[in-house]
Amino acid sequence: MSIEKSDIEKIASLARIRVDQSAVPEIANRINDILKMVDSMQAVDTADIEPMANPLDAVQRLRVDLVTERNQREAFQAIAPQVEQGLYLVPKVIE
Amino acid sequence: MEWETVIGLEVHVQLATKSKIFSGSSTAFGAEPNTQANAVDLAMPGTLPVPNEQALRYAIMFGLAIDAEINQRSIFDRKNYFYPDSPKGYQTTQMDEPIVGPGIVEVQMPNGDSKSIRIHHAHLEEDAGKSLHEDFHGSTGIDLNRAGTPLIEIVSEPDMRTSEEAVEFAKKLHAIVTSLGISDGHMSQGSMRFDVNVSVRPKGQGEYGTRTETKNLNSFKFMEEAIALEVERQIDVLEDGGSIYQETRLYNGETKVARSMRSKEEANDYRYFPCPDLLPIIIDSPYIEAIRSSLPELPDTRRSRFVDKYRLSSYDASILSSDKSTAEYFETVFNVCKDAKLAANWVMGELTAKLNSESLSIHESPISADNLGKLIERIIDHTISGKIAKQVFESIWNGEGNADVVIEAKGLKQVSDSSELESMVEDVMSKNPDQVANYHNADDVKRKKMIGFFVGQIMKVSKGQANPGMVNKILMQKLKD
Repeated sequence: MSIEKSDIEKIASLARIRVDQSAVPEIANRINDILKMVDSMQAVDTADIEPMANPLDAVQRLRVDLVTERNQREAFQAIAPQVEQGLYLVPKVIE
Repeated sequence: MEWETVIGLEVHVQLATKSKIFSGSSTAFGAEPNTQANAVDLAMPGTLPVPNEQALRYAIMFGLAIDAEINQRSIFDRKNYFYPDSPKGYQTTQMDEPIVGPGIVEVQMPNGDSKSIRIHHAHLEEDAGKSLHEDFHGSTGIDLNRAGTPLIEIVSEPDMRTSEEAVEFAKKLHAIVTSLGISDGHMSQGSMRFDVNVSVRPKGQGEYGTRTETKNLNSFKFMEEAIALEVERQIDVLEDGGSIYQETRLYNGETKVARSMRSKEEANDYRYFPCPDLLPIIIDSPYIEAIRSSLPELPDTRRSRFVDKYRLSSYDASILSSDKSTAEYFETVFNVCKDAKLAANWVMGELTAKLNSESLSIHESPISADNLGKLIERIIDHTISGKIAKQVFESIWNGEGNADVVIEAKGLKQVSDSSELESMVEDVMSKNPDQVANYHNADDVKRKKMIGFFVGQIMKVSKGQANPGMVNKILMQKLKD
């Protein structure tokens, strides 16, 4: 699997991340290197190995059940592409 | 051919925490859109989830209530799918190592039978937001207030054979979670939602037929209807020589129509993997035992207490013990009137019917348990008859005061004064000489039937207020003369 320059532009646009045109080839190269590494990892036989939930030898810390957040809708909606009546608008999805 | 239905349920229960499962946003129902969706709920870059301990405790409480194994180590997984009501692009849930392992739920059927339904497991997960498909210029509106609300998903084994069993099982789960206080159980607000797996097979066949899943049913009634419809559809297809395909279906409770949502071929590959943002949840036995020792009374315990203490039938007891408010209401009524049978009949009959017709829950009842108890007391001490009591009940319901006030104001007190009753009896007899003559000429069997006529007349004259026991006695005496 390899990533083209056009893929990078498309992903950047979908993720709403601004990427300089001049940086695109370098980003494509680096992502391709990562994919190559994944390919070599795929070759390892993991049949008898129990999946590791987390590499850290630690236990999850828990929160007390308290409401600590206040309403910051305006701040969040200021950076959303489209909002109306307090809702985030997205392209029509009907299942 | 005779067919057997096989049903399994997946039940989503919203947990009654104040804040979300992974963030400190409020979970209160009915807030303005997106005012309870913070950076974690919106999946802003750089945010990290921190689990709510109360949600974990609630899941453990449920597990203990159904006698399940509680896993001392559990992990959160990511279930990947792309839909705008889930901004992270995955749902944080539990797959291989859920908090609650296998358990058992005992279900009482209306005919008195009981049945054990096995629970495969129950796990913690987060709810998604809401999509509003009304027209926003061809767009969909997203409200993320519900995103991140804690849920437990309870997965049953395919142990149910009729829609009635499935409904009784669902009601039992509702009774358990509301008695534990881990969910408000408000079905209309989506606090409990059912996915129903249904298949049919020729009676006697060992292996299961191909099943379909009908998703997101939010009432017992819709669930029963959806199962009946799907069973009928599957049998029709099979009897016409067709095959059932594994698919996800949707049932519309308003139009009573079901449709296919997606087939197995189009089924999502969720690419589950352990969530790298969350460490394993490790709990020890003392932690679990502390929760066990603080469990409130469970529906089953309450049911057997009701059977023992009040001599109620197992089914009546299971209805009255099913949720905490009903149980407390019934016990208050009993404590006032001291007659369990009458208390049970009034709570399950008149009161429930009236509450249902006005879509009220028992804690919103305009008649307090205390007042209903006092009303029943007046039946027991013969101040009023059972029939008049229904009239008084209506008046108390409409806010006209308690039983004594209504009886006094409307002059409904039962006439038990024997001289007054005697004159009524004599009056009716003198106005109906033919019936009296017929009575005297009839045999014993006919006489018994004819007595009803005179009692009816006297009740009419007294506007239902004559003491029926005394009327009978006086009548017999007078007719003999």
